[in-house]
This record gives sequence, C-alpha cells and structure tokens, in this order.
Amino acid sequence: MNDARAAVEPRRRRQRPAPADGTALDVRELPSYGFGDHSLMWWGTWGIILIEGTVFALAVMAYFYLRTRVANWPASVDYPGPLWGTINLVIVLLSAIPNVWAKRAAEARDLPDVRKWTWVLLAIALATIAVRFLEFKSLNVRWDSNAYGSIVWTLLGLHTVHLLTDAYDTAVLAVLLVTGPLEGKRFSDVAENALYWNFVVAAWVPIYAVIYIAPRVI
Amino acid sequence: MSTTAPELRLPPSRHLTPPEVRELERTWSDRPGILGWLATVDHKHIARRFIVTCFVFFLLGGLLAAAMRMQLARPENDLLGPDLYNQIFTMHGSTMMFLFAVPVMQAVAIYFVPLMVGARNIAFPRTAAFSYWILLAGGVFLFVGFVLNIGPDVGWFAYVPLSGPQYSPGKRADWWAQMITFTEVSALLASICIIATVFKLRAPGMTLTRIPLFVWASLVTAFMILFAMPAVMLASTMLIMDRLIGTHFFNPADGGDALLWQHLFWFFGHPEVYIIFIPGLGMLSSIIAPFARRPIYGYPAMVLSLIATAFLGFALWVHHMFATNVAELGKSFFTAASMVIAIPTAIQIFCWIATLWTGKLNFRTPLLYVLGFFFILILGGLTGVMLASVSLDTQIHDTFFVVAHLHYVLIGGAVFPLFGAFYYWFPKMTGRMLSERLGRWNFWLFFIGFNVAFFPMHILGLEGMPRRVYTYPAELGWGTLNLVSTLGAVTIAVSVLLFILNVVVSLRRGALAPDNPWGAGTLEWATSSPPPACNFVDVPIVHGREPLWQPTRGPEYVTGLATHAREVLVTSVVDALPDQRLMQPDSTIWPFVSSLAVSAMFVGSIFNPWAIVWGAIPVAIALTAWFWPGREETRKALALEKAP
Repeated sequence: MNDARAAVEPRRRRQRPAPADGTALDVRELPSYGFGDHSLMWWGTWGIILIEGTVFALAVMAYFYLRTRVANWPASVDYPGPLWGTINLVIVLLSAIPNVWAKRAAEARDLPDVRKWTWVLLAIALATIAVRFLEFKSLNVRWDSNAYGSIVWTLLGLHTVHLLTDAYDTAVLAVLLVTGPLEGKRFSDVAENALYWNFVVAAWVPIYAVIYIAPRVI
Repeated sequence: MSTTAPELRLPPSRHLTPPEVRELERTWSDRPGILGWLATVDHKHIARRFIVTCFVFFLLGGLLAAAMRMQLARPENDLLGPDLYNQIFTMHGSTMMFLFAVPVMQAVAIYFVPLMVGARNIAFPRTAAFSYWILLAGGVFLFVGFVLNIGPDVGWFAYVPLSGPQYSPGKRADWWAQMITFTEVSALLASICIIATVFKLRAPGMTLTRIPLFVWASLVTAFMILFAMPAVMLASTMLIMDRLIGTHFFNPADGGDALLWQHLFWFFGHPEVYIIFIPGLGMLSSIIAPFARRPIYGYPAMVLSLIATAFLGFALWVHHMFATNVAELGKSFFTAASMVIAIPTAIQIFCWIATLWTGKLNFRTPLLYVLGFFFILILGGLTGVMLASVSLDTQIHDTFFVVAHLHYVLIGGAVFPLFGAFYYWFPKMTGRMLSERLGRWNFWLFFIGFNVAFFPMHILGLEGMPRRVYTYPAELGWGTLNLVSTLGAVTIAVSVLLFILNVVVSLRRGALAPDNPWGAGTLEWATSSPPPACNFVDVPIVHGREPLWQPTRGPEYVTGLATHAREVLVTSVVDALPDQRLMQPDSTIWPFVSSLAVSAMFVGSIFNPWAIVWGAIPVAIALTAWFWPGREETRKALALEKAP
C-alpha cells in the first residue's frame, strides 16, 4: 500500500499549488470517499430502495384491490400457516443489530470487525432464505389456485428476490474483504450494503402483516 | 459521427501545463479499437449512441405510421390486412413511447446534464452504459419479433383480457410484456444516474436555486420515472405470469380482475405523458433564454410548476378509465385533477411569453420550433381539458379524437422541443452548425404537415371514427378527411428526410461551430465544441444562474484534481460546497456483457420460466466482474486516498 502511494505521490506534489490571487479553489485536500449522504453510492442505493419500495407498495395495493373482488378471502383455501413466517420475522428483525455493528465498524474502518460482521450477516441472510422455502410450503395455496394465491406468492416472491440478491451481494463483499484489493471506498460499500439490508428488513414487516395477518382480519 | 467531427481543440487551461492537459485528456479518453468502443463510460459517447438509436426507432415508428396512413387513405382499402394492421399500430405506439420518447429525453439529459452542471462525467457511468445497451437490446428484440411475425398486436397498452392467455395465444403479447421489462430497466437505471449527478456532481457554487431549468426538468422527470415505471413493470410481470405459469391476476373466473391491469398500467401511463413532456419544457427554457437574449422570467415559478406538474401527474390516471365502471365520485376527483394540471403548465407558458415579450428575439430554427410548440401544445392542451369531462370522454372514447389529442400533446409537447433542442445543441455535440435554410424547410414542412395530418382526426373522431380499425366503409363519408390526413403524413415524412439530409450534410460540410454560437449563458457553452473527453479542463465555479452572462467575482475554477486519474468533484446537495474528490471507475466491457446476459435471461423466460433461475447465473457472474475492483485501479485510488 505504502509503496504504491510513494510511486504516485511525487506526481501529485509536482502539481503546482493554486495561484494565490484568489481565482482558484484548491480541492486537493478533500477526502476521497465518504459515508451517508456524502457517498454517491448512498444516493444510488436510495434510488434502488425507492424503486423497489414502490413495487412493494403497488403489490400490496393489488392485494387489497383483489380482496374487494371476492366475497371470501382467502377463497376456499386455508389461512397461511404463520409459524415459519413469524420465525423469519424474528430473525430478520434481530439481524438489524449486527447490521448496525457492521455499519459502525465500516465507518470506523475497522477491517477485522467489518469482515466478521459481514460474514455474520451473510449467514443470517442464508438462514432467512432457508426458512423462506418452508414459508412457501406453509402458504396453503398455490400460485395458480386463484388470484389470492397469485398475489400472495408474488409478494413473498418479491421479498425473496431481495433476500437472494442481498445474500449474493453480501457474499461478494465478504470474499472481497478477505482477498482484496481493498481501498477506503470499500468501507462505504459495506455501509451502503447495511443500508440496503435495513430496507429488506423494513419491507418484511408490512409484507409479513399483509400475508399472515390481513387474511385473518379482513 | 466522431470520424467526421472536426479535430478536437483542447481548450487552454488556467493553471495546467500543456503536457498536463494532454495527460488529463488521455486519462478520460476511451481505449482505441472496437473493445474500447464497447467499453466506453463517457457520458457523451453513451448519450450520442442513445440519441442515434432512439432516432432510428423514431424513423421505424414513423414508417409504421406511414403504413397505417396509406391503409386508411381510402375506404375499404386492402393494402394491409387486419392482423398486420393490429401489429403495426401496436408496434408504432410501443416503439414511439418506449423506444423513442422516454429514452431520447433521457439521452439528451445524459449528454447535457453533466455539462450543464459543470461535471467531468455522469454519476455511475457504467450504469449509464448498461442502461444504453439494455435499451438497444429491448428495441432489437421487439423488431426481431415483428419481423418473425410475433410482433405484439394488442395495442400499446395491451389491455386484458385481450392480451391474456385466453384471447392472445402464441408469443405476441409476451413479446410486448418483455419489451416493457427491457425498456423500464433502462429508464430506471438512467434516472438514478441523472439524480445522483444533479444532486452531487454540480460545480461548486451551483446551488439548487442556480441550476439550469433543463437540469431541473431532468431531475423532476427522473423522480417521476422512479415512482411510475415500477407500476408497468409489475403489471407486465403479472401479465406474463398469467400467460406463462397460470396465475390469475386478471382472470375474473378465479378471483382476478381486468380493471386491475388498467389501474396499474395507467398509474404508470399517465405520468409517462409528463415524463415525456417535462424534459421538453426544460429544453424550451434552455432555448428561449439565449434566443430572447435574457434570462427566463420567473425562475422560482418555473421550478415550482415543474414539481407541481410531477405531483399532479400521478393523480390523473383514472381519466383514462372514464369509460369503465369506476365510482362516480372517483371520476369527479380525477376530472378536477385533470383540469388543475393545466394551471402549472399555463404558468410556465405565461413565463415564457413574458420572457419572449421583453427579450430581443433571434429568429433562428430553434426558436421556430419553440413557437411551433406553443401553437400545437395549446391546441392539444385544450382538447385535453375537453377530455377531462366524463360525459364528453364517454362519447368520444376510443375515437380518432383521442388520437388527434395525444399526438398534439406528444408531438407538440415533446417532439417539437426536441427538434428545436437538436438544432440548438447540435453545434455543441458535433462542432458543426446545422444548415439554417434546410432547418427552416424542415420546420415549416413539419409544422404544416403535422396540422394537416392530425387536425382532421378531431373531426373524424367527433363523427365517430373509432381508432384501431384497419378500414371503414365508403358510405360513412370519412374518405376525404382521411386522405387529407395521409397527405399531411407524407409532408411530415418529407420534412424528416430533409432533417436527415441536413444532419448528414452538416456533419461533413457545416460551418465550424464556435464554443458558444448562440451566446447562451449556461455551462455547456463554456467548453469547446465538441467538448473534450474530460468535459472541462478547468472545473468551473459558478456565481449565478447564467454563469457565462455574469461578471466573474471570487474564485473562478477548481485546482487540485488529479490529471492521471478520473477524479470528479463531489459537492453538497443544496449549496454545492466542495465535499470530495471521487475517483470514477475506468472504462469496462462488463456493462455490455451484463446487458447480453440480462437479455438472454429476459428472452429465455418467455419460453421457459426456469430461464430466470439458470439465466441468473451468467448475470451474477457478469455483475460481479463489473463490480470487482482491479489491482491497478485500486493502487491508483490508494495513492490518491484521503479518509474523511
């Protein structure tokens, strides 16, 4: 790391300082990466969250719209079994804690801790995916049984896609954190990954409520 | 284009030595050869391809329209059969909406937003490149389907149950639904690039109250896309699932509902109109200021009107469904909202009139297109207010009156500003001026041809001629007006041919363009024509809304950005205070490869749902390779690194 810095440092020093007549603004001492809204990736991640949050919201609206089309809901099938979904809710909510630790470790640029919590989060994501398969089995309806089955499978499927992509994303980061090459910007990638996982967590609460609670109360 | 452009003149720097300027230029340039061409992440190259591609789709869509006009030119014509006619009007609408109107507006933004905010490149340049490749793939996909006789034939809004499994067996409707996925992925990703560029890559001093109106328009549009496009993606995914894996979203027999499609489609479809229209408004503001030789009157009112239009645009979708059984109270709300949205548009028109009234006008082709916009858009807007009335809409729903209205709005509101913008910005993009003489012919033939083609459709619609019929009996007496309309279409075709001629001739022999041929005030005119790979040799500092029209005071440019690495200056969201030197990623082939992998997955899934699973593997590999940092790049970044 230091060798590389030494090789390029003279080039930077060779650049003349800004003229002193006030016509220029020298930015060479500014940081080269940042966290939160300083980071461009934070904005990109929020863009993705807004898009996918809109998809979730519209799918939930479609659920309630379809509810108004029939007399009984769910029509001629059992309620979804709540056990595995509730277990997943607990796992996902608890995962927010190591997620915060991963983010803090990234902001402190504490590489060993960042590695540790990234692998922990990967394990949690894989566990939620495993439980998710059991959830699909306990829905008590097939996607092609009726419109209720279609929208329930779609809601659960949409959230599962997020679990899968985030698990893969986390896996790639976890490997990169071990093999390198690393630079400071990778810490902000970890922080952005934590932001995205927060979205996956936050999205699960209303979707859980719609899938498991709504049919029993409406 | 690049081969015929005049040799690049590197602008002089205020503080870099000529070797440093050359190094900076080398750093930002693409590698040579076909691989370098496929790997470019330069927003100007991406946008130029985007614009050319969209224009090719505009021509193809125009040829389809010409075929329809030929068929309708006389009663009981048998040039096209009903089946081919169905495919042609569906292809025309889908091409113009999804492959031309939305992407071309984003393409212009991808070119000019970074230049207008004084940035060296767009944010997330690799994503912008991917956005282009995936749009190209979607367009090629649609037209390959058409050539293979599996072109969609269910109308550009593909209503169920017609597009459902029962009434559209075969692959045609799937082709339409998957084309939606391609184009919407492209639009959504481009929006994120534009939003991040506007918020974070502005030149120091360009506070939110100083950004050019075109940039505001692009920003507002990008946000609209984020919230509107997911609706059509969800809807088309539901449709394709109904068709391929037996879900029942739109099947009333098993608890589904056909109107759900209309709600989801128009929740996208109405904002879509404004997604096409708002960038046009931004282009008008860009053109009017220099051609009236004064800043736009009422900047805050203009910005607030854009934002108000965007919000209201989401509250109108049911006015496309007045002929369905939605509740009467709901219809009243949507009627009111449809009328209210005329207010922010009117505010902008009055501000432009005030600007033109008090300015010193320079009657060149771009301004002609602006004036053409006023005439046509106002007519289209007036019929829009008419259609907002439920009783009138029920009477003329699905007639040629609606066809006339939507073309007045979209061609007047978007295509005229776009052509004006093309004449205005062509010198910046190519270093050559377009011919003014051909430009005037182009404009007048377009303007006259447009009105001759579309005005008669109002009358035909009021007389009851339904849209989407391949012919009509002679006794109804619609022959003459239809023939007039076809003659208008021919005139438009001649006009567009003149435009192409103008571009081709001017690229070779047009007058060389100076840096700022129109004497405009915004930053894209501060660099050379065409701009160098790094956009600005010295990143400018901004002290007002029209930086080139204002006396300089305080610091004028930025120093201290590396010349051997692609460093961009990141600034704060509201005040544009310098915040970071961010090293942008290098050119890379992976966005292109990823687009191929994603395309294979999308196309495969039409034939077998498992293609989503197996197709995801190459996608994951390509995206990982895209993200994985190179050792050389990391070394360079480490050398420049400074922790926050």
